[in-house]
Amino acid sequence: MQQRKATWLAATALGLALTGMAMADPAEDTLSVETDDGTIDFVTQTAAPEFLKGHLDTIYSGWLFREDETRALQKDDFDNPAMVFYDRGVDRWNATIGKNGESCAGCHQGPESMAGLRAVMPRVDEKSGKLMIMEDYINNCVTERMGLEKWGTTSNEMKDMLSVISMQSRGQIVNVKIDGAAAPFWEKGKEIYYTRYGQLEMSCANCHEDHYGQMIRADHLSQGQINGFPTYRLKDAGMVSAQQRFVGCVRDTRAETFKAGSDEFKALELYVASRGNGLSVEGVSVRH
Amino acid sequence: MTRHLVQATLLALAAATPAFSDTAPKDVVFEEGAVAQSLTGNPGNPEEGVKVMTTNALGNCVACHVVGALPDVQFPGNIAPPLDGVADRYSEAQLRGIVANAKMTFDGSFMPAFYKTDGFIRPGNGYTGKAAEGELPPILNAAQIEDVVAYLVTLKE
Ligand code: HEC
Ligand code: HEC
Repeated sequence: MQQRKATWLAATALGLALTGMAMADPAEDTLSVETDDGTIDFVTQTAAPEFLKGHLDTIYSGWLFREDETRALQKDDFDNPAMVFYDRGVDRWNATIGKNGESCAGCHQGPESMAGLRAVMPRVDEKSGKLMIMEDYINNCVTERMGLEKWGTTSNEMKDMLSVISMQSRGQIVNVKIDGAAAPFWEKGKEIYYTRYGQLEMSCANCHEDHYGQMIRADHLSQGQINGFPTYRLKDAGMVSAQQRFVGCVRDTRAETFKAGSDEFKALELYVASRGNGLSVEGVSVRH
Repeated sequence: MTRHLVQATLLALAAATPAFSDTAPKDVVFEEGAVAQSLTGNPGNPEEGVKVMTTNALGNCVACHVVGALPDVQFPGNIAPPLDGVADRYSEAQLRGIVANAKMTFDGSFMPAFYKTDGFIRPGNGYTGKAAEGELPPILNAAQIEDVVAYLVTLKE
């Protein structure tokens, strides 16, 4: 454990030193991870989905925009600092935390029962017609089936559980539905993506579509994809969910942000997820 | 020590507060993007201009622009054109217009408007993520804009 920690610190320091170089493009690298069930080869770049024609030809995982040291941490589960939070989440999955001793495992068996879900989220719930992010499904169980107070959208217990569920779809291809009942939510998310918010008047697209690959001061701009989320962020020394990242990015435009878990950011998550249709779910990733 | 701090704060306040004779952001006259009149009625200070351009909380121009004449700046961005030789390409009035509101020169520009106080969508209170209270002050005040312009006009090749 001590050993592990030292490695991350070194990686952070190096990362800081290296960001000064003008790295223009995504790295030329491929991501494979050895697991107990064999090797997983990840799709980190592929043709953009049809609806992005005229905007982007190729989509890239944010992994390709990080420095060598940061990328290396994600190539080996033993080095990946996010695994601590995944492990903690698995413990909570099995724990009898409900008001009457319920556990996630009691209803769902092992976390493997969630395989495939992360790759199609957010989605419209068939019964209620509501747009659901993973946090909504988790909180439904927490409140209605376990009789607990709902978990904070960006709380640690929530992000641990996002990690557990995301890992069950590791390597699967993101395939979020954008038509049918999802269409109006998707359109709303798209509108938010292209709106120039705040005193700096910047949209998501200004940074992540028009200028990805370039440096904004010390930051190497990626396409702002969320296939890797939740991610361990070295800068924060903790897990960050997509909802949380949106808050940070909008705040940086000197704007009044929307709240994590708000209807606006849920719609935005659907839209941003769909821009990554074709990339692999990374389970839990590592970013700078 | 404490006295120093107080003095520093007072100084900072003085710098951020608009002077009486300044042209208010809403009264700036743009002609094809250019602004002929000094916003303070006085020439700026180029050394102060460098400070504004390289300080995160002020102009942070180097977030997007490289300035070859300022090699000590760490991690300049490369989103926008390098500013070297910019005084050969634009007149003082044009440079003032670009710094005050680049969108008047470059339609739909990514460059923020530094001397503008309204027309924003969900304006925030600085970088807090909370709503702005009342009308926003411009990102830079008139004197800071003039200081930046005074430095830009020295960038000849
Ligand atoms: C002023 C520039 C700017 C704007 C505007 C902006 N971002 Fe970002 N964003 C960044 C920077 C810098 C990073 C960190 C480097 C990177 O991964 O691109 C980042 C990172 C991200 C990431 C993490 C990607 C990863 O793989 O770790 C996501 C997701 C993201 N942004 C989404 C958005 C969305 C959605 C919006 C609009 C609501 C937005 N951003 C607006 C600058 C911006
Ligand atoms: C977020 C990015 C960004 C920031 C911050 C920024 N600029 Fe710019 N600037 C641009 C872009 C992009 C252009 C190119 C014009 C265009 O295409 O919109 C530009 C163009 C210019 C030009 C014209 C350059 C040429 O050769 O045509 C000048 C002068 C300039 N900026 C000065 C400044 C100054 C001074 C500051 C800070 C007070 C600043 N910029 C901050 C993005 C930025």
